[in-house]
Amino acid sequence: MVKHIIPNSLSEALDYMSKDEYKIVSGGTDLMVQKRAWAETPPKFDQNTIYIFNLMDLKYIKKENNKIIIGANYPVEKIKDFKSTPILLKKAIEIMASPALRNLATIAGNIGNASPAGDTLPILYVHDALVKIVSKNNSRIVPINEVILSVRKTCINKDEMIKEIIIPILEFTKTSFVKVGGRKADAISKTSFTGAVNVKDGIVKDIRIAFGAVNVTVVRKKEIENKYKGLSVLELQSRINEILNDYEPFIKPITDQRSNKDYRKQVSLNLLKEFINNL
Amino acid sequence: MMKIKFELNNKEYVFNEDPSKRLLDILRNNFSLTGIKEGCGEGECGACAVLINGELINSCLVPLANVHNKKIMTIEGLSETKRGKLIKDSFSKAGAVQCGFCTPGMMMATEALLNKTAHPTVDEIKIGLSGNLCRCTGYNMIIEAVLLASKEGEGLW
Repeated sequence: MVKHIIPNSLSEALDYMSKDEYKIVSGGTDLMVQKRAWAETPPKFDQNTIYIFNLMDLKYIKKENNKIIIGANYPVEKIKDFKSTPILLKKAIEIMASPALRNLATIAGNIGNASPAGDTLPILYVHDALVKIVSKNNSRIVPINEVILSVRKTCINKDEMIKEIIIPILEFTKTSFVKVGGRKADAISKTSFTGAVNVKDGIVKDIRIAFGAVNVTVVRKKEIENKYKGLSVLELQSRINEILNDYEPFIKPITDQRSNKDYRKQVSLNLLKEFINNL
Repeated sequence: MMKIKFELNNKEYVFNEDPSKRLLDILRNNFSLTGIKEGCGEGECGACAVLINGELINSCLVPLANVHNKKIMTIEGLSETKRGKLIKDSFSKAGAVQCGFCTPGMMMATEALLNKTAHPTVDEIKIGLSGNLCRCTGYNMIIEAVLLASKEGEGLW
């Protein structure tokens, strides 16, 4: 018989998790669909389940020392409405699913689910976001690209859960987030492109690029970005073919029911090209 | 089985249930509130939308555990209120109902939208209702219905 627990506090939840293995359910937007059974029957939770969506000690957002700190079960619709939320994150949330889903969905869920198509993930990569992971006796802070290991695989241990997401507030002069889906609302990405630059006096001080849904995890390549920092915008644009060639080997999408790999690859590179050409 | 407590359409209930059950099934089967419908069962159509603590939520995605100590309002509860009656009238005046399957969800989304934005633009209405699918009307009459409710309900929201 599997156990179902509704804890009253984070410490109570972690205490349960230190003794037994539990599946964590927050808003349920992914798990309730993954575990869905026939209509009118309960979902098939085949392991112990702990429900954390109502834990008030994980429901917060705050700005601190030039960082946004988001509690694990703070829903994305409210993150979108928070004044200091980075513009790229607002853009990604605005086109995520629908209001009724955004009232449940969480960024921690996007991370824990570790789908390559997770809408907020490329934004976290571009900002070098950090994830605070806690267990009964320990706490650690891990960069987002080290939390997500592969499709549906994370570094989070069985006795641990995500407590908060820490997003540095950065200065960008131009940003772009484009999600390509079957329709505007309620769509899962075929591919997504995130770009951000900081240009001062015509010089590219910072450039950050990420692609979603085209590899086992979000694609962000700092070594490629570093190669092009310090160039003028015109120099950068004149080297567009070289940039496309640099990224090409890392765009390795799959063919599934939503799209095919050739389309995904071509569109991803086109979006990169368009971003650079319009700087 | 766990003891679950919630307020449903302004009445308090405490009962023992499997906390993993979907709120949608509990409302339809245990409470005979059949206004909410199961369309897609995966959060994409909005036919099962209810208000939980005032926020629009698809009940097919909600395990019962997540509504412990919460306030739920369904279309049956909304219809008893002044605002609900006005939304209903607006939908019927604008011809926004054909087969009616999406209508309860559409009305809940309208209430949630007008609660946040009493005088929405057409674009804001499209975003507010973006999670509700209608296969009959082509949406134009539904958008008109929301505009009408917003106009005739001056001061209600």
